[in-house]
Amino acid sequence: MQLRSNEPTGPIEHRWEKHKESSKLVAPANRRKYNIIVVGSGLAGGAAAASLGEMGYNVKCFCYQDSPRRAHSIAAQGGINAAKNYQNDGDSVFRLFYDTVKGGDFRSRESNVYRLAQLSTNIIDQAVAQGVPFAREYGGLLANRSFGGAQVSRTFYARGQTGQQLLLGAYQALSRQIEAGKVEMMARTEMLDLIVHDGRARGIVTRCLKTGKVEPHIADMVVLCTGGYGNVFYLSTNAKGCNCMAIWRAHRHGAAFANPCYTQIHPTCIPQSGEYQSKLTLMSESLRNDGRVWVPRNKEDVTKRPEDIPEKDRFYYLEERYPAFGNLVPRDVASRNALYVTNEGLGVGLEVDGERRGVYLDFSDAIKRLGEQTIRERYGNLFEMYERIAGDNPYKTPMRIYPATHYTMGGLWVDYNLQTTIPGLFAGGEANFSDHGANRLGASALMQGLADGYFVLPFTVGNYLGEVRTLPELAEDHPDVKKAVGSVEERIHKLMNAPDPKHAPEYFHRKLGRIIWSKCGMSRNKEGLEEALREIPKLRDRFWREVKVVGSGAELNQTLERAGRVADFLELGELMCIDALQREESCGGHFREEHEENGEALRDDEQFSYVSAWEWTGAAGEPRLNQEPLSFEYVKPSKRSYK
Amino acid sequence: MSEELLNLTLHVWRQDGPSQPGRFETHPATGISTHMSFLEMLDVVNEDLIEKGKSPIAFDYDCREGICGSCGMVVNGVAHGPQRLTTICQLHMRQFNDGDELWLEPWRASGFPVVKDLVVDRSAFDRIVQAGGYISIRTGSATEANEMPVAKAMADQAMDAAECIGCGACVAACPNASASLFTAAKISHLSLLPQGQAERLDRARNMVAQMDAEGFGGCTNHGECEAACPKGVSLRWIARMNREVVRSAVKSDSGVKTARR
Repeated sequence: MQLRSNEPTGPIEHRWEKHKESSKLVAPANRRKYNIIVVGSGLAGGAAAASLGEMGYNVKCFCYQDSPRRAHSIAAQGGINAAKNYQNDGDSVFRLFYDTVKGGDFRSRESNVYRLAQLSTNIIDQAVAQGVPFAREYGGLLANRSFGGAQVSRTFYARGQTGQQLLLGAYQALSRQIEAGKVEMMARTEMLDLIVHDGRARGIVTRCLKTGKVEPHIADMVVLCTGGYGNVFYLSTNAKGCNCMAIWRAHRHGAAFANPCYTQIHPTCIPQSGEYQSKLTLMSESLRNDGRVWVPRNKEDVTKRPEDIPEKDRFYYLEERYPAFGNLVPRDVASRNALYVTNEGLGVGLEVDGERRGVYLDFSDAIKRLGEQTIRERYGNLFEMYERIAGDNPYKTPMRIYPATHYTMGGLWVDYNLQTTIPGLFAGGEANFSDHGANRLGASALMQGLADGYFVLPFTVGNYLGEVRTLPELAEDHPDVKKAVGSVEERIHKLMNAPDPKHAPEYFHRKLGRIIWSKCGMSRNKEGLEEALREIPKLRDRFWREVKVVGSGAELNQTLERAGRVADFLELGELMCIDALQREESCGGHFREEHEENGEALRDDEQFSYVSAWEWTGAAGEPRLNQEPLSFEYVKPSKRSYK
Repeated sequence: MSEELLNLTLHVWRQDGPSQPGRFETHPATGISTHMSFLEMLDVVNEDLIEKGKSPIAFDYDCREGICGSCGMVVNGVAHGPQRLTTICQLHMRQFNDGDELWLEPWRASGFPVVKDLVVDRSAFDRIVQAGGYISIRTGSATEANEMPVAKAMADQAMDAAECIGCGACVAACPNASASLFTAAKISHLSLLPQGQAERLDRARNMVAQMDAEGFGGCTNHGECEAACPKGVSLRWIARMNREVVRSAVKSDSGVKTARR
């Protein structure tokens, strides 16, 4: 497999302009001759479909939800970064680029990240013009807040619902194109396979989730903006429906999968309360500004009421271990330490599966110091949300928190054009691997999704179509199309007719999640990963033998939907562990216990300064590794330390 | 944090398809932890049904954190159940008592045909937005964001209206099955902002025309919509929408006086 990044050369600040100048265009009158499929309607997919439709292409956009407005981008709370320097605090495109490369622990491609930082400012302009009600100052100008990993204030926000407002902006732009007849929206329709013809992506096979109808859709190219794969952990902050089906089907057709082991864990989520738990809820990290994290010093105290544990018996482990940063250490450090103290049996809260996985986040000192009113003003809505879910009043008793999977930096390998290793197949947003390296900074996911959707894809898609000019006609009865439809139907049949049906798909998904979370989660080691690699294939075999789906495929059948998604997670999970085992270093979201120094991650730039792009070779568990070397001309790799 | 286990009886609306007749079916829900969310309780019931080879209860869900707007059902006559300002996915079982009987129904409105069981088709909402719920701005053609200051009070009000999650509880709660709160929230959000002025009148007229064409009823000021809204979207937007519609009857942005559909 050839990995050509196709990034332009020369001074980094001119690369995107240069690339645009040398790229092919499609004339306005010719655009209506091309059909483009966009899968996913979140920030990246919604923005791309709207923009491509507006340019004059014929777009078909697909989402599994009942409306494009429900994509999981909607749940992003905090904000979106942009190098506007409105606060006059020395921000610049270069500084945003620098912070993102450094935050990504030097595992991203400099050219892509620089472009992202450049486009960040256009996103804010676009969103404001669409009517996104960002927070404003009394003078009427846009307000900013600060976010982790940066020393400037560059985050734009709309209360705690920035993702919602940006997504509705994209959704409204998309709605305008649907009304104009340039985008055909196919909601409640799930992509189940990719159609590859003559080496190029030419369409997809879908199942209508309302009627169960399986059918092919043929086009000149396909864009996947289908989000991340965090639900491989079963429990995550992702929406229940988020899945890896589209990217995994693409991978099986030859699209390289990059850095699957880079997953991000968010330290402040509400802990699991029982076996039945279906998802984890994230609470803004800003809580750590005023809350103190602790566990009891003695195991016998873990079931006591926290108010009854005297000060001397409380272990403020972050403050003790990291005196300089204390409770504000970065996400990964905070998360790992919660794992370690609960491993020692000091975890608090409800016992699930024989373990207590929770630590206290205590606001009593802050309430004493600042008064309850101030705390209410700062965190009122978060406290309410906590009480609604956990049933405790955090003004009176400490919150319980625990880390949860939140974002996946890995994804389909793409070049500078966001094209995968299959010609004609592009990937945007969280579905690709491109901009965050081994770790994503806060308020950068919205930025990347919209940069890809509004400003990169509309351009690089045109370049591709301008290059290929006319593609041969592909009929629905062509063997390549029939084969793809046939394999989808066969798979559905297999899922519905397991030889020894016993358990709902969730049963297997939960088991997979437990393996991945404990062995390929916050902290990984060789032994555990090898164990996981023995367990996952066995679980997968059991799944195909024992999965139980009732009803028929020719109707709304949510069990069938979930079964197909779990089947793919059972393959992707294995690839994650293979990648984590192969990467003998610690970087960003990937922490290998063998590679640390006093608890700090030990990156190995000599040996691992590359992107791992895994190639499907025909069977799960046997991928081939391809490497894209990374070079850093503008930001010299340095070591992180928070002691 | 204390946990109790509840035994409940569920009477669930089951309907195989849009044109099939529906019926209530009774299912026990036993050993339900008070820490479960309402949808997790249904997950447990469903997993049990699947293992017994019975058809699970279909219901919409996705984010399970109260923002995507996918979920929604009527519990004992109340849209999204008994807790105010809470979607059904965020409602927890500690709101119920041991022995409770719960009647679960889909949103009932002619504008929202039943797909299956508790799942309804809300695509009418999408079509109302398509009729004009946007600001026409070409990608890449926006001017510098801070060129146009927006008074903070105005921006905050626009945000209040924009918080709607499109779940449809307002329609389900309204005795007329009116979609006025949903439509008014979008019209208000965009008409409050300077960016939304150019299309303001046509937007209001076209969105309201589409709302009517979808078969939703009119607003007669019951206020049930606001009470049921999990985001607290205010009834006053409907008054604002009505003013916008009256204004658009005598003036227009484009000169076109009739609705596009």
